[in-house]
Amino acid sequence: MIFGVDVASMLLGGVAAGMVLFIVSVGLSVTMGLMGFVNLAHGGFAMLGGYAIALAMRQWGLGFVPALGFGFVVIAALSAVLERLLYSRLYRATELDQVLFSIGLVFMMIASVTVLVGPENQPLTLPSYLRGQINLGITQYRTYSVFLIVVGILIVIGLWLTFERTRAGAQIRAAVDNRRMAESLGINIGRLFTVTFAFGSGMAALGGGLGAEFLGLDPQYALKYLVYFLIVVAVGGLGRVTGVFYAALLIGVLDFALKKYVPSGGTAFIYAFTILLLLWRPQGLFGTKST
Amino acid sequence: MTPPAVAWIDHPAAVALAGRHRVRAWEAIPWLLALAFYFAFPKYLGFGTELLITILFALSLDLVLGYAGIVTLGQAAFFGAGAYTVGMLAKRGIWNEPITGLILAAAVAAAIGLGSGLVLLRTGGLTLLMLTLCTMALLEEAANLAHDYTGGFDGLDSLPIAPLLGRFEFNPLYPTTQYLYVLAVLFVCFVFVRTLVYSPFGQSLTGIRENTLRMHAVGAPVRRRLVLAYALSAAIAGVAGGIWAQANAYVNLGTLGLDRAATVLIILVLGGYGRLYGAFVGAVAYMALAHFLSKIYPTAWQLGLGLLLVVIALFARNGILGLTEAAARRLRAPRAIS
Repeated sequence: MIFGVDVASMLLGGVAAGMVLFIVSVGLSVTMGLMGFVNLAHGGFAMLGGYAIALAMRQWGLGFVPALGFGFVVIAALSAVLERLLYSRLYRATELDQVLFSIGLVFMMIASVTVLVGPENQPLTLPSYLRGQINLGITQYRTYSVFLIVVGILIVIGLWLTFERTRAGAQIRAAVDNRRMAESLGINIGRLFTVTFAFGSGMAALGGGLGAEFLGLDPQYALKYLVYFLIVVAVGGLGRVTGVFYAALLIGVLDFALKKYVPSGGTAFIYAFTILLLLWRPQGLFGTKST
Repeated sequence: MTPPAVAWIDHPAAVALAGRHRVRAWEAIPWLLALAFYFAFPKYLGFGTELLITILFALSLDLVLGYAGIVTLGQAAFFGAGAYTVGMLAKRGIWNEPITGLILAAAVAAAIGLGSGLVLLRTGGLTLLMLTLCTMALLEEAANLAHDYTGGFDGLDSLPIAPLLGRFEFNPLYPTTQYLYVLAVLFVCFVFVRTLVYSPFGQSLTGIRENTLRMHAVGAPVRRRLVLAYALSAAIAGVAGGIWAQANAYVNLGTLGLDRAATVLIILVLGGYGRLYGAFVGAVAYMALAHFLSKIYPTAWQLGLGLLLVVIALFARNGILGLTEAAARRLRAPRAIS
């Protein structure tokens, strides 16, 4: 019985972390799958979003949920501008140029945040209704983790419906599978890219705010967790919402369990797992297209 | 009337191709400058040593990125492997002779490069990028875990390195020996890389970078060439790491980190990749800027560096050397394009 409770609480913690990973990474996966752009600045958008949310709550006394919405809108708008002005010039460039460009962008984001806000960790105070424990029948668990899981499930359902059931989703899927053909059919690829990119960055901002409670929030956030986001995308497969979802849950639970039971060697295991998996399936667990 | 037949050896194209690897007079300049630095700035020899090691490391990346066209974010894995080879052997008192120590460092790094290259280079694109990154992270994590051997997070310090050739002591406070030693090693490695890239092997690497499909079609053993280039580049990075550990008499986890891998990539791109001397120009420009700016305005330095990268990626894809080459062409033929 004790063991069962232990496993349940571990699963809940891991799934909650996985939800945050999913919310941040889904935009990255779509950007890479759709536009073939190696965007290392994605963690930077999550970091900026977390800051926008934390600062809006502290400076303007905005509630948690409105602040999340605010962060989403601000970062989506910012990234739409960046996409039009800069990213769009590099769609046909080599991977190396894209990597350099996005690393440069991350550096600029980190430096600007350090100058404007400061290098220290930003606390994000949760509203009272999300603090404390909640009774789940079999076990008491942290309300916030349960909240994250519910939000994550709602988002994945929403995204799945958007992708599979709407016109815009069909256009994105078409463009991921065969960009030229989609273009020939009259889909406005440029606009699709901008909208998708802005939406993905907005989601990253949301993830930055939602995860700040346990991932922390400082300027180095942008690079610190980048490897994790990239691993989730690579494992899940490019441009696949459900793939990213399962991969994020897998990595989240693995990471949580390993940190608990093998505190000193857990991360190495995740890297080894990723290497082996990518050697077995270079396109990721759920990807169909080779990269 | 047909033009008179020319022996193929006298054909302009053949002459141009055969002359490509000729040693030019200006190629002596960087080496003379490096020697002049030794006499002119005895107080900055520590900085100079670091600079030369960075050039060597960037040169190893140039071979794999600039010539073979493999985009890697994990080059520091081999730098760290070399550094830890020298560090662990010296700390345990097994081996502390510098020159053979470097050969061992190169061998270990090359073995890791060969092993990982054999599996990693089956993939390409984003997957390859991720795999190089993960391999490096895995090594870093392994070095962190095996702290009985590697010193873990603190690393190994005050390594007892034997005097060079049994006569010249390494003195971290007044690194005259280190400077000349590193310069000599850099020269040997540079001659090796230069010979390699102008050899038929090097030409085939360029061919693979430019058009992999066509190289397959003409029957070149593409994978084998890439793996070999990867391993050779790893060996040179291992030498750079080993000599870094010897010159500083310590080794830590930073030698394996993403920071170091990203920095060397930035340096090479700043100078211009696939050009041999790009590593020199990039390292000098970056290190001089970093040395003077980052101490006074660390944040502005990072902002400026980011801006520089964005500008290079958008407008100056061949770095400083590429820009000067373009300017020189423009000067030579001022009215060529109307």
